[in-house]
Amino acid sequence: MSEQAVSIEDVRRVAELANLELTPEEEPRMQRDLNAILGHIAQLNELNTEGVPPMAQVGEMLGGVPESHGEPLRTDAVRPSVDRAAVMAVAPESDGRFFKVPKVIER
Amino acid sequence: MELESWTIDATRSALAAGTITATELAERHYSEIAEQDKKINSFLALSRERAMAQAARIDALAAKGDPLPALAGVPVGIKDVLTMKGSPATAGSLILKGYLPPYDATSVTKLEAAGAVLLGKLNCDEFAMGSSNENSAYGPVLNPRALDRVPGGSSGGSAAAVAANFAIASLGTDTGGSIRQPASFCGVVGVLPTYGRVSRYGLIAFASSLDRVGPFTRNVKDAATVLQVIAGQDVMDATSSERPVEDYVAALDQPVEGLRVGVPQEYFGEGLDPEVRAAVERVLDSLKAAKCIIKPVSLPHTRYAIPVYYVIATAEASSNLSRFDGVRFGLRAEESNTLAAMYRKTRDEGFGAEVKRRILLGTYVLSAGYYDAYYRKAQQVRTLLTRDFLSAFHDVDVLVAPVTPTPAFKLGEKTDDPVKMYLEDIYSVAASLAGICGMSVPCGQTSAGLPIGVQVMGQHFGEATMLRVAHAIEASRA
Repeated sequence: MSEQAVSIEDVRRVAELANLELTPEEEPRMQRDLNAILGHIAQLNELNTEGVPPMAQVGEMLGGVPESHGEPLRTDAVRPSVDRAAVMAVAPESDGRFFKVPKVIER
Repeated sequence: MELESWTIDATRSALAAGTITATELAERHYSEIAEQDKKINSFLALSRERAMAQAARIDALAAKGDPLPALAGVPVGIKDVLTMKGSPATAGSLILKGYLPPYDATSVTKLEAAGAVLLGKLNCDEFAMGSSNENSAYGPVLNPRALDRVPGGSSGGSAAAVAANFAIASLGTDTGGSIRQPASFCGVVGVLPTYGRVSRYGLIAFASSLDRVGPFTRNVKDAATVLQVIAGQDVMDATSSERPVEDYVAALDQPVEGLRVGVPQEYFGEGLDPEVRAAVERVLDSLKAAKCIIKPVSLPHTRYAIPVYYVIATAEASSNLSRFDGVRFGLRAEESNTLAAMYRKTRDEGFGAEVKRRILLGTYVLSAGYYDAYYRKAQQVRTLLTRDFLSAFHDVDVLVAPVTPTPAFKLGEKTDDPVKMYLEDIYSVAASLAGICGMSVPCGQTSAGLPIGVQVMGQHFGEATMLRVAHAIEASRA
């Protein structure tokens, strides 16, 4: 998987996907670090994992019901949540009912 | 009584006997913080009003002669990735500067309901990403045992506050070693409970399949007492387990004779500091003297734990941290004409270098064309790592190993090389990935006087046995 070195273009593409804006100084540093870390991660290729199920949650490994990751889920019922006014009060910009943001669609 | 001698038991007896009030004890801790924390930098915010109101409630109970709850009057600090209503929650990041969460984390609610006095919020690596506390946007924490050294991370403030006697206990979080490693560096007890044992509601998420909340204390019994309070199912966290919580404090007094202690050979390899090795070997000798059965075991996939961790944890982080976009909480970059520009500028200004690095890595391993090669592969190896533990626990009751390859390192020593910093977690990440419980117990010091911790790992939901062994280790040093 890792003969593929990360190029500056890759860094820019991933930064865009992640909604990160990198400065021209940050880009080469991130490229160097990503290559170093991915180089270390390449060790995983030494292992044959054919037929090994991927593990997403700990409960899966403990012999529980697969659909609930081994632990039962709570009943899906409506219950009170955090007060809306309290949430809006700590937002960067709000009209009290909604979060306000800059223009979404350019015309 | 000196602050360092205060324990949970001592606090309850002193309150019941009327030799101190909860108010006085809180004030004494706040004075110590005021005098000493300027150099240590462990507290990011104090919640004095809330603490003193709680102390007054406890004092009223004590004055009436009413029974005192388990943590009555115990001064506690909270890692700043957990929410406390009305106190800032920064997660060590600029992106949450000024954010006052409108709710309490479940672990915080439970501590307060048990009588704890919440002193404030503790410094940590930004979004709990780091092994030295040098990634905090609010400055590093210094190790109270050696001021030129790091306290470990990411829960550096939580470990340092307990070591420096600013609090009797604290809460930290552990995703890859962030409780056990700082506990070991600062010479205190730190517990990583089993995945699902303690609610994460109110925890600012880093990697949800790994994140856990656990206590720091100055002795094993206090750790058992705090864990008892915070453990248990919570309807607000779907991953919290319904399994009954054992009586951890009662378990401490059971003998360890006949318990099978596994020694994972892979944790004693190249790179292990000779003084750390010698200290852990002395622990094994003392357990043998206490009639435990010491057995070598193998966890053959150990060397793959770091690469697996840095795929899975960063992938999950890239997803979890997408919520910090300037819309709902904390920082918003000024003067953005469009929504997309506002997201990017806010995240650029708000996140530090390590967080950006991990978001980029996580986005990369999840991106089209790389998902199977990296993310799926790492999940498969996570299965193999977990099977290593499940199979070892057929033959042994607990595992005993070093927590870290070296004692606390110097500030700035590893900041230039992320891979070097990541390898710091080599003995702690496997337990994180497998979801088992683990803890660090002080077991000695180096010739230079730096604390050394030993790691005790237990089976899934095997906290009682793990704590029992830790208690025996502690007792053997007394």
